[in-house]
Amino acid sequence: MNVNVQKEGAKLILGVEGKLSTNTAPALEKAMKDNVEGVTELVFDFEKLDYMASAGLRILLSSAKIMKKKGSMKIINVTEPVMEVFNLTGLSDVMDIETI
Amino acid sequence: MKELKIEATPQNLDSVIQFVDEQLEEYGCGMKQQMAIDLAVEELFVNIAHYAYNPETGYASVLVDVIKDPLSVEITFIDNGKPYDPLAKSDPDTSLSVEDRPIGGMGIFLVKKSMDLVNYEYKDGKNILTIKKNI
Repeated sequence: MNVNVQKEGAKLILGVEGKLSTNTAPALEKAMKDNVEGVTELVFDFEKLDYMASAGLRILLSSAKIMKKKGSMKIINVTEPVMEVFNLTGLSDVMDIETI
Repeated sequence: MKELKIEATPQNLDSVIQFVDEQLEEYGCGMKQQMAIDLAVEELFVNIAHYAYNPETGYASVLVDVIKDPLSVEITFIDNGKPYDPLAKSDPDTSLSVEDRPIGGMGIFLVKKSMDLVNYEYKDGKNILTIKKNI
C-alpha cells in the first residue's frame, strides 16, 4: 500500500493505493495523524484502492470521529468491491462517501 | 483439497491470502467475490493470530476446497488454541452514527454478512471455523 499525502492549506487529501489490510493500516493511520493538525477538510481518495478489510474501517471511523469536531471528512472515488464493505457495515449511511 | 499449515502471526497473512487465491485462480472469480473471500480469510486468520495462542504462538491450518457445480469454495481454519467462538459475539449496531459507534468489532460481522455459510465448532481440542462462498 502507498499513501500519497497532499496538503493544501486546511485541506488534506490522502490518496491510498493498493491494499488496506491489518498489516498496512498502521501506515495510513500514521499519515493521517502526522498531517491532521489544523486540517478542517479531510479527503480520502480511494481511486487506486482495490482491497479494504476491517482494519481500514477502524481508521476511517476514528478519522471521522476526529473530523466531526473540527470540520468535514469525505471518501471519494470508491470502487465497487470496497463500497460493499461500507454498505455491509452501514457506514455508507453515516459517512460522506462517493463512488467512482 | 489443499492445506497450508503456518504459524499464526499477522506477518503470515499475505502468505495465507496468496495460498487461498492460488486455489481459486483457474475459476475466474469476479473482483467483488475475490475481495469478499480475501477479506474473510484476513479477518479469521488475524483473529487466530491475535487471540488463539496469545501470549504464546502456535500454528493454524487453512484448508481450501473448491466444489464444482454449483461452483463454491469452502475454507476451514483450524487451530489448537484456547476455545473461542468468534461468531458468538453480538453483531454491531449498523444504524449508529459516527459519534456513537465503537471503533472495532466489524471484522467478524463482515465475514458473517459476506459469506454464504459460516460455522464454528470446538472438537478434539481444536477450534474449527468453516466458511463457504458461492462463486
